[in-house]
Parts: sequence; C-alpha cells; structure tokens
Amino acid sequence: MLNRNLVLATALLLSGSTSMALAGGPNVEVMHYWTSGSEAAGLNVLKKLLEERGVTWSDSPVAGGTGMNMVQVLRARIASDTAPAAAQMHAQQVQAWASEEVLTDLTDLAKKDDWAKVIAPELVPLISHDGSYVAVPVNVHRSNWLWYNKKVFDSAGLQPPTTWDEFNEVSEKLLAKGVTPLALGGQPWQELDLFENAVLGIGGADFYRKAVIDEDEAALRSDTMVKVFDQLRKMNKYIDSNYPGRDWNLATQMVIKGEAGMQIMGDWAKGELSLANLQPNVDYGCVPAPGTKGSYVWLTDNFGFFKTKDKDKQAGQLAMASAILDKGFQEAFNIKKGSIPSRIDVSMDKFDFCGKAAFADRAEAQKSQKSLPSLAHNAAAGATKTGVFTDVVSTFFETPSVTSQQAIEQLVTGLKSAQ
Amino acid sequence: MTHDGIVLERGGRYHLRRVFIYCCLMFIAAVYLLPLVVVVFTSLKNIDEIRNGSLLSLPKAPTLEAWQQAWSDACIGLQCSGLKGFFLNSMILIVPAVGLSTAIGAINGFALTHWKFRGSNVIFALLLFGVFIPFQIILIPMARSLGTVGLANTMPGLILVHVVYGIPFTTLFFRNYFVSLPAELVKAAKVDGAGFYQTFFRVILPISIPCIVVAVIWQFTNIWNDFLFGTTFTSGDNVPVTVALNNIVNTTTGVKRYNVDMAAVVLTALPTIAIYVLAGKYFLRGLMAGSVKG
Amino acid sequence: MSTTFPVQQTAKRGQWREGSGAKLWLARNASQLALAPSVAIILLAVYGFMVWTGVVSFTASKMLPTYEFVGFDQYWRLWSNPIWRIAVDNIFIFAILFIAIASIIGMALAILVDQKIRAEGFFRTIYLYPMALSFIVTGTAWKWILNPGLGIERMVRLWGWDSFRFDWLVDPRFAIYTLVIAGVWQSSGFVMALFLAALRGIDEDITKAARLDGAGSFQIYRRIIIPQLGPAFLTVFVILTQQAVKSFDLVVALTAGGPGNSTHLPATFMYMQTFGRDQMAVGAASAMMIFMTVTAVVAPYLYSDVRKQRDDT
Repeated sequence: MLNRNLVLATALLLSGSTSMALAGGPNVEVMHYWTSGSEAAGLNVLKKLLEERGVTWSDSPVAGGTGMNMVQVLRARIASDTAPAAAQMHAQQVQAWASEEVLTDLTDLAKKDDWAKVIAPELVPLISHDGSYVAVPVNVHRSNWLWYNKKVFDSAGLQPPTTWDEFNEVSEKLLAKGVTPLALGGQPWQELDLFENAVLGIGGADFYRKAVIDEDEAALRSDTMVKVFDQLRKMNKYIDSNYPGRDWNLATQMVIKGEAGMQIMGDWAKGELSLANLQPNVDYGCVPAPGTKGSYVWLTDNFGFFKTKDKDKQAGQLAMASAILDKGFQEAFNIKKGSIPSRIDVSMDKFDFCGKAAFADRAEAQKSQKSLPSLAHNAAAGATKTGVFTDVVSTFFETPSVTSQQAIEQLVTGLKSAQ
Repeated sequence: MTHDGIVLERGGRYHLRRVFIYCCLMFIAAVYLLPLVVVVFTSLKNIDEIRNGSLLSLPKAPTLEAWQQAWSDACIGLQCSGLKGFFLNSMILIVPAVGLSTAIGAINGFALTHWKFRGSNVIFALLLFGVFIPFQIILIPMARSLGTVGLANTMPGLILVHVVYGIPFTTLFFRNYFVSLPAELVKAAKVDGAGFYQTFFRVILPISIPCIVVAVIWQFTNIWNDFLFGTTFTSGDNVPVTVALNNIVNTTTGVKRYNVDMAAVVLTALPTIAIYVLAGKYFLRGLMAGSVKG
Repeated sequence: MSTTFPVQQTAKRGQWREGSGAKLWLARNASQLALAPSVAIILLAVYGFMVWTGVVSFTASKMLPTYEFVGFDQYWRLWSNPIWRIAVDNIFIFAILFIAIASIIGMALAILVDQKIRAEGFFRTIYLYPMALSFIVTGTAWKWILNPGLGIERMVRLWGWDSFRFDWLVDPRFAIYTLVIAGVWQSSGFVMALFLAALRGIDEDITKAARLDGAGSFQIYRRIIIPQLGPAFLTVFVILTQQAVKSFDLVVALTAGGPGNSTHLPATFMYMQTFGRDQMAVGAASAMMIFMTVTAVVAPYLYSDVRKQRDDT
C-alpha cells in the first residue's frame, strides 16, 4: 500500500530528527502558561537553580485563554499517556487533578522540609489531598487591590475610597472632572474580580465564605447579595463605554495616562506600572479594594507533579518541588512577578512598598481569619461552579436589562445544576 | 477571456463606468488591507509611541528593532531566542504533511472518478463529511489514539493528524477536478493494458498540476496557520511556528509588547503571504481548470 | 477488504485466468485498495471519534473521560444553560449572514475583477491575502480596528464627524455582526477566486450573442452568466459552511465570547465546557448537537451529489 508505506517511511525519517529524548540524569518537563515578560523571567530563576542542582529543564509553554489552552493540552497529554513531569495549576485545579489520582505524593519531601511550618497556612488545605501533599505553591497574589493615579487624586483633592459608598462618591467627583473613574477590561475574569471584591467589601469575610465558598442558598438570596449586584450595576456608569474585551493591561494604561482614576486588579498590575517608570506612593498608590481592609484575597500558582515510573523524572520532580520553596528563589521570583512568597518566613527587604504592604496585610489577615481564596482565580470553588459565577456576573454586568434579582436567580439555578 | 461585449461600450458613459469600477476596486482593496496595515505600522513603532499614540497612526520614527527582537530575542516561555528556531519545525511538518495529504487526495480522487466501483459515491460522501468536523471535538480521542500507537507528542504524530484531516479536503478538490476530465483519456490507457497506478502516474498526474497547486496551497495555508493541533500534539522545542507565535502574543498576566507581537505576526505570516502572491496566478488557473466544477 | 467494498463484478465476464490469482485480485481491486487506507482512517478519526463523543455525552465525565452512565442528564444540563441557547441562536445568525454576504461580496468582486481591468493580479492578491492569515495573526489588529475608542470610530471622529458611531464590538446586541464582518473579510477573497475561475470558464459566444440581441450587462449577468455558476456555488457553499461550523479562532480573537457572553458559538461553548469548566460530558453533548445539525444541513447536498453522479454513470 503506497500510502501507508509513505506514512511509515516519513515517520521513521522524522523520528530521528525530532526525538524527545533528554540527556540522562534527573530531568523535568515543565508545562506552564507563563510565556512572556516578567513571569517568564521569574520562572527562569527556577530553571537556573535546577540546572545548578544538576536537573535538566525541558520547557513546555502553552499560552492563551487565561490558562484554558494549557488545561486542554495537559488533558490531551494525560489521555495519550505522556503527561509532563510538572504542570502549573491554580489551587482548585490541584484538587481536581488530585481527585483523578494522577499527582505524585510529595509527603516525604514535605516532612523533610517542614512545609507545614513554612508555607502560608491557608494554602495547605488546597495543596494536600487525603492527607498527602500533592503540589507546591510558587507565589501568592492578592486580588483585592485598588490602584489609583496619585496625581489625578491629588489634583482633585480626593482620598482613595475605603468603602463602596466612598467609592461611589469618589467616582462621581472624578466623573465631574471628566476622568473615567474606574479602568476595567470587560473580560469575564476581570468582571468576576470586581464581583468578588464587592461581595467581600459589602458583605464582609463571613458573607464571602458563605456566598462564594459554600454557595449557601440563603446567603446567595440575601439582601446583601442584591446590594452587591446593585453596586455592580452602578459601576456601569463609572467605566468608559469601550471596555468590553479590553485586556487588563490596557486598562492599567488608562490609569497610567490619567485617563482613568482607579483600577481594581491583582498585583501583577505592578509590572505594567513599573514598566512605565511609575513609583509606588509617588505616582500611583495601592490600597485594599473598598471595604476589604484587613482581608487578604489570595490566589496562588502551584506546580503539581504527574506520577511517573521513570527514576530520573522522579528525581527531577522532587528537586523541582524542593527548589520552588527555596528562600532565594521565592524572593527573586516574587519580586519579578509582583506577588509575595508562598513561604511566610522570607525576608521582604528587597520588595517594593506594595509588596511589603501585601505581606504585612496577609500576616494580619491570617490572624483574624480574613485570608480568603479568590473566586475569579480558581482558589475558592471548582471550575464548574466558578464557571456559573463567571457566566452570570459577566452577562449581568454587560447586559443592562438584567436585574439583580434575575442574576441571583440564575446563580442559584446554575449552581444547583453544577452539583 | 473576459466578456468583451460587456465592456465595449465607448464614450462618456463608458469612462464614467471605468472610473466607478476602479474606485470600487481601490476602496475595497483599502478596506481589505487595513488589518495588515495596522499590524505592520505597529510593528515599526517603539513601545512608547504605541502606549502614547493612536493605534492607527503612521509610525513617527520607524524602526526594525521589534522585528529583530521577534526574530531572535523574544521570549517564548523560558527560551529567549525568538521565532527563528521554530520556522524549521514548521518546515519539517509542512513538507511531508502537505505532500502526503495531496498525494493521497490525488489517488483517492482518481479512484473515485476514473476507476469507479459500486459504492464509490458513498465512499466519497463518507470522506467528504470529514471537512465539517470542528477539530476541538476530536482532540482527546485523537490524543489517546496517538498514545496507543506511540506517536503522542511527536512530530510524526502531528504530521499524521494533519494528513488525516487533510484527506477529506484534498479528496474533494481532486475528485471534482478529475470528474471534469474526459473519460476517453483513461479508457485509452486501459485498452493498452495499463493498470491503476500506471494510468494514474502516466496519464492523469501530468495534467493535474493546476489541481495540485490548489490542494497544496489550501493545505499549506491550513497547516501553517494551525495552532490547535500543533499545541496539542507537540511540545517544547518541537512546536510549529504558529504555536510559538501564540506563546509570544497570548500572555495572561505578563506585560504586552505590541510592537514585538506584531512583528512576530508578520514574520509568521510571511511564508503564506508569499505563497499567495507568488502562486496566486497558478491558484486561479488551477481553480479555473476545473476543481470548482462539482 | 471485500466485505467493506463491493468488488467489481468483472470476474464473471470470464476474464479471470488461472495461476496469477493474488496479483490479479490486487490489480482488479486496485481502486478499492487505494482508497482503503483513507477510508479506514476516516472511519476511525471522524466516525469512530463521533461515536466515542456520543458515548461520553451519556456519562458523568468531568475532567477526563469516565464511563459512569447518567442517561440524558447532560443534554438536559446543556439545554438549560442560557449560554448554549445563545450559542445556538448565534450560529444560525452567523452562518446565514456569513455564507450569504461572503457569497455576494465574493461574486461582486469576481465580476468587478472580470471587467478587463489593469493590475488585475494586484487586486486579486489583495482580496485573497486574508485567506492566508489566521485570526491568531490578525485578531489583535481586528480588535483595535473595531474598538470604538481605538479604531474606526475614533479615526472618523478625528476627521471631524463627531457623531459617528461604530460600536458594535462592545454592544452585546450587535457584537455577533462584527464576527460576520471579520469572517467575510477572511473568506470573500477565496469565494471571489472560485467564482472568477468559473466566470472565465463560461463560453463567450453566448454572451456575445446576447449582446447582439440588445441585452444590457446587468441582464447578461443575471440571465446568462450567474445561472451557469451552479457548480461553483455548490463548492462555495461547502467551503463556507465548513468554515462557519468550525468558526472558533474568530470568536476567541475578537470577542472571546463577550460582551456579556453574547457571541459564543457552539464550537467555543464546547471548548469552554470541556476544558475550562471541567464538564467534558456537557461538551460532548454539545458536540453531538453540532454533528446532528451539520448532518441535517449537509446530508441533502451529499445525497443530491451522489444521486447526480449515479445518474451520470
């Protein structure tokens, strides 16, 4: 059969030139979506550290779809029985993979390196499954930040808002001055960011737990939730009309240029701000989002390791897991990424003002039980339920005809069918 | 071959009409070019100009710096050596994938038209249905199948996938082309005692050039621009250039450098654009020669 | 093999000679044998995977396929999802407009280019080049152009027309039409090429005769030329239909399903459910709906084609 012979011949010819074989010794193939700029620079520190320790790093970046493309590729790799040694995952994704029983047990290493003492305690339940450690947290981002342009605020004689009512007052004043009060990108996750900050800012930490983490129907149907959606509706007029689909960094640009006064965004926004040579506390300010002072809404990136029988790969996995919690790496990576270490005992001297503030706020929030997982970044709920929140909030926010009551109704029915 | 009769009115009305036609053509051409113009302009600006200026304005101080960065410095994951290494991957992929799918399509088309058997029309319908499958659907079962035959996460595996899903298209093109060829050609060869492959190679193949051009251009475009299969079935240093491009332009929480993104976009698109410019004439000739006649 | 492919009934004609059995059998069935690998692989990679998807749609699969069957639950879940219903409405709006407008513009371009113009190759290449680019390549540029604050609206306003509005991309009611615009931009050049080739294949004598009879250009096109483009229309229909059904990159690049989830199409919905929402079975159920719709639309075409060929032979 001519056709088949051709296929075979070509396959043989090519397998030589494209073989995936790595040099002997410990190695690790790392799948991640940190494909550019500050995040790739941060990960490069880890690669160098591992190479110093004799581990070969094989890079498998998959960008796009806020991580969804990587999830797709990872599933295909697992379906074809060629799982990568390590893959980046958000907190709830760790849990999802762990329940598929594909992640390597890291408990021995965790005991040896005393993870229970050094990792931020709120992360521990999400990186362990059935009493074993199954993933390592690289960083902790904070999603309840409000970034504001200091020059705009100073010239208008305004103080950054500390409650949502103040936020509305400040916004009206900015509107009167011809400045767009809030810079927003109309992508579902950015709208969900606003939502989670409104839930926390208006309802408080306990309400956040009930509504977002437990998806308690009474909390979802409460008047507080109506207020949250009403606040979102109000914010429709505090943003410009061209926001749908805008990337978060273009929204940050609006704050940088002074076209907009504020942005509610995780601390990766610092990368964009420092690239424009703006200084914290001079050109821009960072304060907790309205009504969320004392709380710390976190999201983490973790690496999980897929089970393998290959001894070299196993060695590479353990080396990588250990290196991620290396103090030097935690410091270098998180300065580059704009996040703070997942360890609680890293020196913060070299971090910028906002980084130090985040670290101090986290320590305080841990004591007062106000350190909360982010809904918008797969820390609070699994993918299916997060998806229901995403769909309802995004549709509500961008469709003025939907009422707060309707949105709540959609949330409740959607969450029920997601069981 | 244009219809002389239609344009042969002379005089004022004729000239007015010509002016109108050219205006239409130019206006539409401008609209069609707009996205490319935006991409190219942006790639020639520096990052401050993009940040501060209008996205559609002319570059004030054009620079090729972004191009150079996209070619040899831009980071794709942790490897900061630009796109240049990935073009070779795409070439390794595209030559066998296009060649095989075109060859198989030609043989299929021939078998379905000039060497017919009972049920061959049903076979054709069966194959043609494959053009309608959204590829997102078949990723997981395809991954599993490739894993079973040991081709998962390899270039030969990716080639195989492109060949498989190219067959319905190439078969369609060649079948429609061969249908229009006179049956006498093949009959004469058969009388001389030539077999299936002899007839195909001696009689049919030499007059199939136009259709081969169509199939090759179609397959080249689709495979070069493919992102989904490339990212799913290869990884690391093996990925085709479009996947590498996606890794440059599609960062989530990283800082965006639009000029480098756009330069990378143009670099990636150059081979396909070149094919269309250079082979466009043959493409049309091939289509004319009959692959449209169903 | 012979069970899959009805063997040509030539043996009974007495041409079969003793002695060279295997070789002769190969020669006699060369056509079927040549098609066999393709048919086998398509049976697996198209129909086999379709069946597999169908099976998964009846299971409780979330992240990875599992085989715990739950009946029609996932279909119920699918149709109770408001975004799926939006996606279904959208695909009909999008496909009908996209196929109609791309055909009309492609035809118009073909007629324009066919007017014995200068620099025909130049214009042709410009109209055809979008086909060479994927939306991964042009998506960002399109987003800028269609965004009111950055692109066309801003440009026209800077030129002095202050009340000019073109904000479809950010309006949930109209965003789907921007997908049509970008889709037409990409595909109409190819349609032009298909029609142009067909136009050039038409016998000139007929049009000349019509002109002598005093028919105007418009009438000649309407009555004589366009009716002869039937086969080209069918090819255009197949190519555009498969593009409409597969439209995915377009949505991801331009709107990512927004604003307010108003621009999802079945393919993007399916991808999101399967890989973003850990609802593989719901994704599979939506894929089955896509298959069924495609079959319903395409089967008549394939049937008529097969019938026509049978009549020919």
